[in-house]
Amino acid sequence: MIMETLDARNMLCPMPVIRTQDKVNGMASGEMLEVVCTDHGALNDIPTWCRINGHTVVETVDNDHEVIIRLEVHHGA
Amino acid sequence: MTQRKAAALISGGLDSLLAAKLMLDQGIHVEGINFYTGFCVEGHTHAIRNKDKNKEKRNNALWVAEQLGIKLHIVDIIEEYKDVVINPKHGYGANLNPCLDCKGFMVRKALEWIQQHDFDFIVTGEVVGQRPMSQRKDTMPVIARESGARDLLLRPLCARILPETLPEREGWVDRNKLLDFSGRNRKPQMALANQLGFNDYAQPAGGCCFLTDANYSRKLADLWQVRGEKRYEIDDIMLLKVGRHVRPRPHFKLIIGRDDGENNFLRGYRNRFVHMHASSHRGPLVLLDAESGTVSENDLLLAARLTARFGKGRTDDEVTVSIHDLSDMVTEYKVAPLHPDELPQEWYL
Ligand code: SF4
Repeated sequence: MIMETLDARNMLCPMPVIRTQDKVNGMASGEMLEVVCTDHGALNDIPTWCRINGHTVVETVDNDHEVIIRLEVHHGA
Repeated sequence: MTQRKAAALISGGLDSLLAAKLMLDQGIHVEGINFYTGFCVEGHTHAIRNKDKNKEKRNNALWVAEQLGIKLHIVDIIEEYKDVVINPKHGYGANLNPCLDCKGFMVRKALEWIQQHDFDFIVTGEVVGQRPMSQRKDTMPVIARESGARDLLLRPLCARILPETLPEREGWVDRNKLLDFSGRNRKPQMALANQLGFNDYAQPAGGCCFLTDANYSRKLADLWQVRGEKRYEIDDIMLLKVGRHVRPRPHFKLIIGRDDGENNFLRGYRNRFVHMHASSHRGPLVLLDAESGTVSENDLLLAARLTARFGKGRTDDEVTVSIHDLSDMVTEYKVAPLHPDELPQEWYL
């Protein structure tokens, strides 16, 4: 399983989502992506984006300074 | 019959939600597009200020898409959008909002998108007569024409008072099930939302973009005036959303954090600006925005006194302020905080 990472620190909503979207578009189904953000809004937005686009959030980590979202890419029909 | 596909411009507000929903109910495959200009109110301010910490930080466009069960494509148009803000052919609205050009631009981008993705038409939540600039009866055809979308642009909420579009003529959508909303009264939208089971949506009064905000526009106009040209980078327009902006002299201004959330945000810019804070008292982080080499020792002293003015030591006789230059060399100034009488209202942008 390939784990790619995306550094979305210091970006504000919706840039973390846009960067995630662009990154995921270049990845294959089954690959994993880890996104690191400092905007806590991403904790809501990236999982919502995943739900509506069919990708799976595997794990979210929320500490004071950063949030980390790990997701699995699914390019469905 | 093949299922027809529409791209709906989703702002996160109620109107675009309803317009997309009307299409879904007619069996159209709908995907949403949300354009990010850099001026969108969405999220940013919520994420920055302390006072908003407890508000749910949701991106309304994503939320709307999820309610509708459609995909959403968020498109970064920051760079291309500059030309719309800087040179609007149809001018500005009440503030620096170039709504008519903006709408035309977004519909044009949507047209490019449907051509690339093999979709059939474009849907927006526009309502005739709702906005003074872009949604007047006489300007709505301008958007359709100048964007190049022409009759591929369907506005389901008011389609029945507009000329027939291609999706209607071709029978992809039933014109009789489209609506005839007009004017500024939003009750019909709210009633429709109720009827369709949507009762939690972004309040329209909030506005969708900072360019309609008088305070924001004033700060942007100041930025352009000082630069001698209408030019901005993304960081410039982000910083206009944060802090108090005080211009005590024509050649420099201070950006003063209003709470820990903003101080934290401004900290991210420390390596790009001379910055200062009181080291003897609690107080804000302050960025000094000036062309390098233009600020004198006297200017720095004034900036230090202003910094002291906005911190906990404001009523003390002396406050120590640390000023960091761009190479992070620190100079300490012991200053008397500026007295309120010495701070004219005109300095506030
Ligand atoms: S309010 Fe802002 S985003 Fe909305 S149409 Fe006007 S300029 Fe464009």
